[in-house]
Amino acid sequence: MKTTGLQSVVSTFREIKSRAESQWQELCNSGKPVVMVGAATCGRAAGALGVIRAIKDEVKKHKLDCPVVEVGCMGHCYAEPIVIISKPGYPPICYGHVNKVIAERLIREFILGDDPCLEFVLGALEANELVPSLSDFPRARFEKKIILKNCGHIDPEQIEHYLANGGYTALVKALQMPPEVIINEVGRSGLRGRGGAGFPTGQKWEICRNAPGRPKYVICNGDEGDPGAFMDRAILESDPHSVIEGMIIAGYAIGARYGYIYVRAEYPLAVHRVRIALRQARKLNLLGKNILGSDFSFDIRLFQGSGAFVCGEETALIASLEGEPGIPHHRPPYPATDGLYGKPTLINNVKTLAYIRHIIDNGAEWFASTGTEESKGTAVFALAGKIVNTGLVEVPMGTTLRQVIFDVGSGMQNGKRFKAVQIGGPSGGCLPESALDLPIDFDSLTDAGAMMGSGGMIVLDEDDCMVEIARYFLEFTQRESCGQCTFCRLGTKQMLEVLDEITKGQGRIEDIDMLSRLAEDIKAGSLCGLGKTAPNPVLSTLRHFRDEYEAHIKEGRCPALMCRDLIAYYIIPEKCERSCDACVGSCTTEAISANKKRIKVIDQEKCVKCGTCLSACPPQYNAVVRLSPPSEVPASK
Amino acid sequence: MTKEQAEVKQQTKRILNRFGRKRGNLVPILQKVQGKLGYLPREAMLEIAEFLGIPAIDVYSVVTFYNQFRLNPPGKHSIRVCLGTACHMKGGYITLDAWKRRLCIDRGQTTPDREFDLDIVACVGCCVMAPVSVVDDKPQGKVEPTKVDGILLSFKLKKEKQGKESQ
Repeated sequence: MKTTGLQSVVSTFREIKSRAESQWQELCNSGKPVVMVGAATCGRAAGALGVIRAIKDEVKKHKLDCPVVEVGCMGHCYAEPIVIISKPGYPPICYGHVNKVIAERLIREFILGDDPCLEFVLGALEANELVPSLSDFPRARFEKKIILKNCGHIDPEQIEHYLANGGYTALVKALQMPPEVIINEVGRSGLRGRGGAGFPTGQKWEICRNAPGRPKYVICNGDEGDPGAFMDRAILESDPHSVIEGMIIAGYAIGARYGYIYVRAEYPLAVHRVRIALRQARKLNLLGKNILGSDFSFDIRLFQGSGAFVCGEETALIASLEGEPGIPHHRPPYPATDGLYGKPTLINNVKTLAYIRHIIDNGAEWFASTGTEESKGTAVFALAGKIVNTGLVEVPMGTTLRQVIFDVGSGMQNGKRFKAVQIGGPSGGCLPESALDLPIDFDSLTDAGAMMGSGGMIVLDEDDCMVEIARYFLEFTQRESCGQCTFCRLGTKQMLEVLDEITKGQGRIEDIDMLSRLAEDIKAGSLCGLGKTAPNPVLSTLRHFRDEYEAHIKEGRCPALMCRDLIAYYIIPEKCERSCDACVGSCTTEAISANKKRIKVIDQEKCVKCGTCLSACPPQYNAVVRLSPPSEVPASK
Repeated sequence: MTKEQAEVKQQTKRILNRFGRKRGNLVPILQKVQGKLGYLPREAMLEIAEFLGIPAIDVYSVVTFYNQFRLNPPGKHSIRVCLGTACHMKGGYITLDAWKRRLCIDRGQTTPDREFDLDIVACVGCCVMAPVSVVDDKPQGKVEPTKVDGILLSFKLKKEKQGKESQ
């Protein structure tokens, strides 16, 4: 690129950035209090929109000069809705589990008055004398935030917030570098694709750059179809520009002119925010023709996926972009040489692209200094299930599963015992307690029979049945199989039928061997990753929890008391309290009635085993229990 | 052609005017048309096929491949029960049963009075609020059978109130 053009890039950007910075300064350092509310999908599901309305009403009522800003997800999803208040003279304080009433109180007593309402505090954002800060939490010792750093701290609908926090500097730096040098930098950083397979990113870029054929395309794969994974959603909703910046740099490095962001239609908020981000970037000429006055042009279109799990596979994704059903085709040729409309196409995951700006800004060595020998950098996980601190975490590669679950996630809910952790969604597996000291990286998890996948982590406790979870995943892959390969289409159906029978107590002991044989055949006979990995949940549970399969088959008993055909609800007469009717009122099918002695009895014929009575029974009585097999229920007198 | 069919054709045409005649636009077109009509009637699919110059069966194959598209009209309120891993393990399937029982329909169906339609969704990414049901595009957390009854009751009360006001 010509030097004169470069000078104008730098000076144009300096202007844009200084305007953004003064806007940010005015928000943060103007002596006004600022209220930020976490309003990503998780926050909204917990009622963040109601909280925002309550805050705005209260601010208006008292005629306060106090901006209310919607931010993304901080990762502390267990404490949603989250409100951060920065008031001059106080550190920025983060409040958790805020509802409308608490929100009004915070405005009245903290902003109007001077009481920071310590009873609702989650933690301060910086060290101080008044309240413990979030960095004092034990989890902070294990976390290292790179791509989640901005999430929850900036307004994703304001490009200025991103610019003021170091945004788009990497793009300007990259525009001054020869493309080969950028690819070399990404290669040396050791970054591997975060979509799950872990292919070296630098190598992919190089193949794509060297491939003949024009135009070239960059695709951001945001078709996060794994049930139980929501990292990509959170990043797109909380910091969309970081992904866009990564895409522009990728486009410059491989010589592409167009890009697509492929987002699931099930993520309407992510779609909305990406659309706004693209519009804002285009307006500032960070995207579009002659970016910042340079001779590099690149534009991005948003494409909404329409709900097919298999479209996360790159060739299927391309088929759906072309307007075809999302059916994968054989690789090679890989999309890097023969992709969208037969042209060289670079497909990277949302997280992979979000790392790019940090690598360009801070250098390959900086990135490679975190992580293990083979897996560099950090790993982002979505923690869910029976764990105390559900949410998003980012830890260096090599952190053990035990540290993530028990130190970062604070262990199990309700003091239950840990049984297994499901990693990698339908392609991954369940790992038992003995595997907890494994370091998290691409290779060691695969050896243990799971896989890192895209990063969903579901923690299971003693109440979760391992046969049922295997059945659940198989039901999912069976439904989502595109039907192209016979083994995947029919094999998964066979396996599902066998598992269905086992969970109903109608399995035979030979079924276990048949399941493993079928699993191997499906793996060998399928074209794409969906079929190749579909049997993993079954294989890993068979490997680690064979005794549960045997209990279902031999004794008709579900050890975790979960499989509905193998359990019955029963009210222990000695424990039932005569004056209490909680279960009767809660029952959704009117299956519970009181007998002459006012002891409650469940009509097993009417019971649908929904478990509502179990939660309704007051803890001081604890009279409702689950029994397995159902024949354990004593005959009524 | 009935009046209704002609209307569908008109509306589809209006949407098609905004798109280029490129096969790659098929999915976005379908999304827009469904967004407007609520579902994809036969007439709309035929119109789209003609516009793009592709066989109608190709449009049908794309519509039936993707979970997002529906061939029957939706109800006034949509209920989507999340069956992601976390929701399933926390009893999403029990919640689905509760919806089915109360609405007397199966998944993928609409109640005869066209008030509610019920379906499942693979995962809406609110795993920490499990079990989740998406009611009229708003994800609601911790929806257990009793909350199902609560949600339905609030719809009923709202309807009664509107009925009274309009009298």
